[in-house]
Amino acid sequence: MEIDPPALQSAGSPATPVSLTGSRVQSVAPTPAGANPRLIQIEAYDFFYGNHQVLHQVSLDIPERHVTALIGPSGCGKTTLLRSINRMNDLIEGAHHRGDIRIRDQSIFDPHLEVIALRKRIGMVFQKSNPFPKSIFENVVYPLRVAGVRQRSILEETAERCLRAAALWDEVKDRLHTSALGLSGGQQQRLCIARAIANEPEILLMDEPCSALDPVATARIEELILELKQRYTIVIVTHNMQQAARISDYTAFFYLGRLIEAGPTHRIFTSPKNKQTEDYVTGRFG
Amino acid sequence: MELPFDRELHELNERLLTMGSLAEQAVHRALQAFQTRDATLAAQVRDSDNVLDRLEVEVDERAMVLLSKAPLARDLRMVTMAMKISQNLERIGDEAAKIAKRARALAHEPPVRLDVDLTPLALEARSMLKASLDAFVQRNPEAARALIPRDQGVDVAHKSIREKLVAHMQARPETIPQCLEVLTVAKCLERIADHATNIAEDVVYLCEATDIRHVGKAAADTTGS
Ligand SMILES: Nc1ncnc2c1ncn2[C@@H]1O[C@H](COP(=O)(O)OP(=O)(O)OP(=O)(O)O)[C@@H](O)[C@H]1O
Ligand SMILES: [Mg+2]
Repeated sequence: MEIDPPALQSAGSPATPVSLTGSRVQSVAPTPAGANPRLIQIEAYDFFYGNHQVLHQVSLDIPERHVTALIGPSGCGKTTLLRSINRMNDLIEGAHHRGDIRIRDQSIFDPHLEVIALRKRIGMVFQKSNPFPKSIFENVVYPLRVAGVRQRSILEETAERCLRAAALWDEVKDRLHTSALGLSGGQQQRLCIARAIANEPEILLMDEPCSALDPVATARIEELILELKQRYTIVIVTHNMQQAARISDYTAFFYLGRLIEAGPTHRIFTSPKNKQTEDYVTGRFG
Repeated sequence: MELPFDRELHELNERLLTMGSLAEQAVHRALQAFQTRDATLAAQVRDSDNVLDRLEVEVDERAMVLLSKAPLARDLRMVTMAMKISQNLERIGDEAAKIAKRARALAHEPPVRLDVDLTPLALEARSMLKASLDAFVQRNPEAARALIPRDQGVDVAHKSIREKLVAHMQARPETIPQCLEVLTVAKCLERIADHATNIAEDVVYLCEATDIRHVGKAAADTTGS
């Protein structure tokens, strides 16, 4: 495993704050004041579907209010790792893990921690936009409804705030109560982002959010991601190297369930240290 | 299997190699024309300068097409360094053309004996150019690094030639026209060594992704992180 000290330590090593100092190229955004360089700590994490181990000894620190991209060939375990962070894999029978994932120094596997509360802190956006067959408005406020919020003014305020944050408000403000399924693919994906931030999460997990979108819709989502990272910690899976290069601050490359190399994105894409990373990002894999 | 992209990179590399040999040849001929007062040779240098200009434009066009395909890592470094190396080679062609022009001008002046020998400077500049191109062909960052300190020696030699020429012009003002031609040629040689040094730095970046420009000798000697 190639270790780029800032973004990554092997399990149990002392904390090193993430910084891009030492490089003349600065990250897309400088580290925001007070941002935690190790908001999410993945430590010696193994994951199994039944007997089939798909993640091996993954150790990675993910900094707060930055975009971290997970890249790697199909089947290398990106989605599995992403879904581990909000314990979505709990729902899969026979799935189990070793090692730990901590958010703000608290293990997400701590028996005292409520999974519902954890998921409230973490919004998720999937590859295929998945709006509910309800109105645009109801889609956005759905997480609040689930949490029992009834007050009309709060719901309306939230809908507007989130739709604005998702850069969708101007396009839908006159048809909030029409079906979400009437939106274009790109609009549906932004609606799902609006819904994912309705609960004011800390972390946004995105699994190939642009893979079904055209370049214009993709550009809008990318712009939005750069906006959102002012407030949220974003972990994104993408197969589009140029997308990772455009929007992420850090990139982690996985192969066959192992973390091969991680570091500042500009370094991974101009001078990767590992040959497998180099072959993958230049499209000469395998 | 060779990807279409690899083939295009390969062709880009081929253009650079052509430019490299043309540049070397132009410098060689220009110096010969200067020493032998050969006007035909001088004219050939001007022609190959035109070819170098065209090739530089072609390398840029090819590089732009490749960049539109969003290359990364070593491919990205190859495309960007190709643009820089071709620019340096084109400038070397310009310097050779300048030397050839001075050769023609000098041919019209009555010959004088100057107590200034350009040969060591010329040999060193040519040898540096050759070494930088070899380092590029072989993708050899160590050879490229070894070349860089030699630029300082060239600067010293150039300065001493200048001083000698100034003294000469003061002592024998009737030789000023000839001295000025020699002075220009010495400057061209010094520039050729600069361009060779730039190419060597680009080769290090191409191979190791370490930017060693403007870091001073000590840092240039250490290997990249
Ligand atoms: N529910 C499941 N049950 C059993 N095996 C699974 C399950 N989900 C994924 N896997 C296996 O785990 C491995 C990692 O899958 P994962 O979906 O995490 O990969 P990925 O990197 O996200 O791939 P892709 O880029 O294709 O989305 C694969 O070998 C896959 O077949
Ligand atoms: Mg996946």
